Amino acid sequence: MPDYARPQTLTDALRLMGRGRVSVLAGGTDLYPGAGAALAGAVVDLTGVPELCGLQTGHGLRIGAATSWTAIAEADLPPALRALQQAAWQIGGRQIQNAGTIGGNLCNASPAADGVPPLMALGAKVELASAQGTRRLALEAFLQGPRRTALSPGEVVTAILIPESGLQGRSAFVKLGARSHLVISIAMVAARVVVQAGRVVDATVAVGACSPVAVRLPAVEAALRGATVAEALDRVQAADVTVALAPIDDVRATAAYRLAAATELVRRAVAGALA
Amino acid sequence: MIRFSLNGAQVEVEAPPTERLSDTLRERLGKVGTKVGCDAGDCGACTVLLDGAAVCACLTPAARVTGRAVTTVEGETPELTRLRASFLAHGAAQCGICTPGMLLTAADLLTRNDRPSEAEVEQALGGVLCRCTGYRSIIAAVVAAGAAVEAQPPEAPAGGIGTSVRRLDGAAKVAGDSFGADEWPDGALIVKAIRSPHPHAEFAIGDLATFRARPGVAAVFTASDIPGRNAFSVIPPYADQPAIAASPARFRGECVALVAFDPGVDPDLSAFPISWVPLAPLDRTEAAEVGPPIHLSRPGNLLVEGRVQKGDAAAALTASAHVVEGRMTTAFVEHAYIEPEAGAAWMDDDTLVIRACTQAPGMDREDTAAILGLPLERVRIIPSATGGGFGSKLDISLQPLIGLVTLKTGRPCRMVYSRQESMTSTTKRHPAEMWGRIGCDAEGRITGVEFEGRFNTGAYSSWGPTVANRVPVHVSGPYLTPAITAKARAIHTHGPVSGAFRGFGVPQGALWQETLFDRLADAAGIDRLEFRLRNALRDGDASATGQVLRAVGIHDCLIALKPHWARALAEAAGRKGRGVGVASCWYGCGNTALPNPSTIRIGLSPDGLVVLHQGATDIGQGSNTVIAQIAAEALGVPVTAFRLVGPDTALTPDAGKTSASRQTYVTGRAAKAAAEGLRTEILRRANAGEGATLALDATTLTVRDRGTTARIDLATLLPNALGYVLSAEATYDPPTSPLDKNGQGAPYAVYGYGAQMVELEVDPALGTIRLLKITAAHDVGRAINPMLVRGQIEGGIAQGIGMALMEEYLPARTENLHDYLIPTFGDAPPIESLLIEVPDPEGPFGAKGLGEHVLIPTAPAILNAIRHAIGAEITRVPALPHRVLEATQDLSPGAASDAGKGRFR
Repeated sequence: MPDYARPQTLTDALRLMGRGRVSVLAGGTDLYPGAGAALAGAVVDLTGVPELCGLQTGHGLRIGAATSWTAIAEADLPPALRALQQAAWQIGGRQIQNAGTIGGNLCNASPAADGVPPLMALGAKVELASAQGTRRLALEAFLQGPRRTALSPGEVVTAILIPESGLQGRSAFVKLGARSHLVISIAMVAARVVVQAGRVVDATVAVGACSPVAVRLPAVEAALRGATVAEALDRVQAADVTVALAPIDDVRATAAYRLAAATELVRRAVAGALA
Repeated sequence: MIRFSLNGAQVEVEAPPTERLSDTLRERLGKVGTKVGCDAGDCGACTVLLDGAAVCACLTPAARVTGRAVTTVEGETPELTRLRASFLAHGAAQCGICTPGMLLTAADLLTRNDRPSEAEVEQALGGVLCRCTGYRSIIAAVVAAGAAVEAQPPEAPAGGIGTSVRRLDGAAKVAGDSFGADEWPDGALIVKAIRSPHPHAEFAIGDLATFRARPGVAAVFTASDIPGRNAFSVIPPYADQPAIAASPARFRGECVALVAFDPGVDPDLSAFPISWVPLAPLDRTEAAEVGPPIHLSRPGNLLVEGRVQKGDAAAALTASAHVVEGRMTTAFVEHAYIEPEAGAAWMDDDTLVIRACTQAPGMDREDTAAILGLPLERVRIIPSATGGGFGSKLDISLQPLIGLVTLKTGRPCRMVYSRQESMTSTTKRHPAEMWGRIGCDAEGRITGVEFEGRFNTGAYSSWGPTVANRVPVHVSGPYLTPAITAKARAIHTHGPVSGAFRGFGVPQGALWQETLFDRLADAAGIDRLEFRLRNALRDGDASATGQVLRAVGIHDCLIALKPHWARALAEAAGRKGRGVGVASCWYGCGNTALPNPSTIRIGLSPDGLVVLHQGATDIGQGSNTVIAQIAAEALGVPVTAFRLVGPDTALTPDAGKTSASRQTYVTGRAAKAAAEGLRTEILRRANAGEGATLALDATTLTVRDRGTTARIDLATLLPNALGYVLSAEATYDPPTSPLDKNGQGAPYAVYGYGAQMVELEVDPALGTIRLLKITAAHDVGRAINPMLVRGQIEGGIAQGIGMALMEEYLPARTENLHDYLIPTFGDAPPIESLLIEVPDPEGPFGAKGLGEHVLIPTAPAILNAIRHAIGAEITRVPALPHRVLEATQDLSPGAASDAGKGRFR
């Protein structure tokens, strides 16, 4: 194949992907930093494929993998998606949001990817396609570790799928960093709660940048279920948060700090979702 | 072939499809208004509009713009037109390197929202970094441009000193100015450096003949190719730094070889034959003091110890009613100007010409000539527009490297540092470990100070001696201190070279002193502002160096803060997490007890121009405008009559370096004297008295004096050797006296003063800080241009915020602009500037320096406000959230015991 191709259909894209060593280019916000004057090797640019761009409702929500953060932030979406939209507003600046894509955020598989906790809180699945066919994985199964995903050679992420159940309730995202814009998160939390008759009937909470891959907090979620709105915040116990986390010391913060901050961020995200 | 619309015109260009659009625009289409700051999407300088939406050109593959519309700063849209005017009117462009990205990002916003609020501007522009302005003027400019449909910006004042004349170089700034990377001769070779990946390592260079034979490799140079003296320093007696190092390399990022590539080839260094043997580095000053010397002539790795001793501080402390003891630790701080070092070199007959970003063309010329073994006359330095400097562009960087390539090959060349190269290889603010005691009597009057500090000066001397000498002189703060013993040692390590950074160590010392003052005020039971007022230096007081001071403005600054202080304390009272802090500064303008003359020439041309040979490099601070205003006032003609020449070592007399807050004062005095000389000559010719008025209309100079009018037709006069019919040149050097062995003397002729008050909110659960407002009172003697003064205050405060809360350079770990954090939109709060004018008899029209002063009080005022808010004493900056929380909650056992014990000895 040529050094660069910008296919206009998914079929063409997958055919090109099947030809061996090619890199996938979408927003370019992770691929270009560190590159020289141009990208090395063969590149398939997926941003020209209409099926990969945009949001579609019906049987849940389908977000094309090459949908930009700006498109997500500015879309008219149910309140369950608020955490994802709040994250979209805080990923880099406007320039990055205009170029960077949700699929790229997942494929880059940074432990500090701001898109991941909101998607985990929505119960998102990842749709992958290759010339051989299509498969779906839970987001937790797709992300295998820092910079590691379940993508096979020749395979691309085509969409992020939010099930109908994930569209219920309200959500909130809380990001913690040492400056106000353009900051890699020290930690971030997304929480989604479904409230009926004054009680939390369902809750999902996910924490990022405090473990190799962002994680859900099952113990916190279980504690929240059944709580009245008034008592929900008191149900968030530090031990239930920290048991799921394995943070490290880095230039941004210490592991001890991340553990302490995570519980507070969880409370704030839950409070935001309940507000 | 890529075809697209560029600024409304169809263009086609042959380029690799995944080439960065920024490179395609700059290298193939000549649109160098698009600036490259990081090549990583971290700074936003390269922002262009793609179908109206802001994107980083450095992250955009060229082929993706096929069939689409690209707008760069060279374009014109209604939004850009309004924004350019508003940026000029608000002083929103200082150095101008971020300006194209700001303008385009703002244009994107205005097309979506033509009446944005401040918050909306902050959110929309948050992806662009600025290191000069502190962002507030940019926010104001964009908000005003949004509303500009009805309200045009006010007319620009044309007046003399004391008026906010718009930058004389402003039109270029808002059009995409020409920086170091933006001009080069045709056929220029591309120069790349091989740099040490280790802090300390021996290396061996292999078979260069084979490498030289590779296609596209034009030349390779190593240390053995340096024709002159391969050792430089900003202070010649300490010359120790090689332009290209021979083994061993002494810091990570040190240049060990150069490769010049033919234009158009991929400058691939991966096959360069070099092998490394890493050696154990000395990375801490404490270990370095007892370690093997990095430079054999400097045992204990001691570069310089500066000291000031007056009275018997130990006895004074023993007799004091209250004594506090404490320590403070600071980090390497990176200048992080948005313009990485860049320049080009070529031969003009026998003269080597170097056009590059710089703060110090005269020093560049001397150092480059010495390294290359050339007589001074054979080197010409033409400063490009400089995209921020803040001290680091005082030292030479690429000048001798590109000079060597051009001298040896006879071919023009150019070099542009990558962001990582810029961060690893150029200077930093000295990390400091400081400890000591301060005492006061029962009434709260300072009795004595004992201070000692280790300053990590890195591998080479640079400005280490200046820092070691400046700190003891200033560490009393602007307070009457009867007895003091202060010592500061600059100690070599295998760290990055520490040099000049806005304040030369004084901000570090002020962090220690001003935070101890808060504890001392509490111990004495005195309000913290009142405590400072009680001790503020007054006219006729002697400083720590025994200098009797005049025109002392600190008392006025503190008084100006008083009503704000009362309001802020009342507002903070009883509100969880709210705190108010204050800190002061003083700072001597110009070199410490050393000559630093400036020379200015002004000429009247036969065609009626007033030509100002202005050699003071304007790195954004505004000397092009301020020096012209001073000259205009002294000559008696409007500033609009002036045409500026330079800086250029072939065209402008030496106005010294843009450093030590000296240009307004020292070069300003030279400009005033030159203008007065020219005026005297004009009045003599017109036989007019001193009160005469001058008017210049085409080539007719009209001199009116009490009813008599004389007209001089300049076109009829014979030009002198300089081409002027009348001209004058004047030199000014500050009157100072050397410091004796106890650091006693008059090291500066002029001091500036200031005090800042910070209001903030600490999130006690997370340790994060939200700044609410900063009120800054600065005694500038006379505000030559109030808008530029406010710009300096706001920009210096932003850097002080960074130093206090987020900036920590760690070699190999934060060598980019996403791991190394500088303040963004939203990190600088609203700033109220109170301009205090206590005229200095030595300053031009009473003016004092300002550029560095403004950074000094910010960080200590922030720490004092944190302590006021939550009681936590922060003894290490930056006060990252985890450190603030540790200081309150004892999260980390190690940190707590460390902080509690102190290290005084």
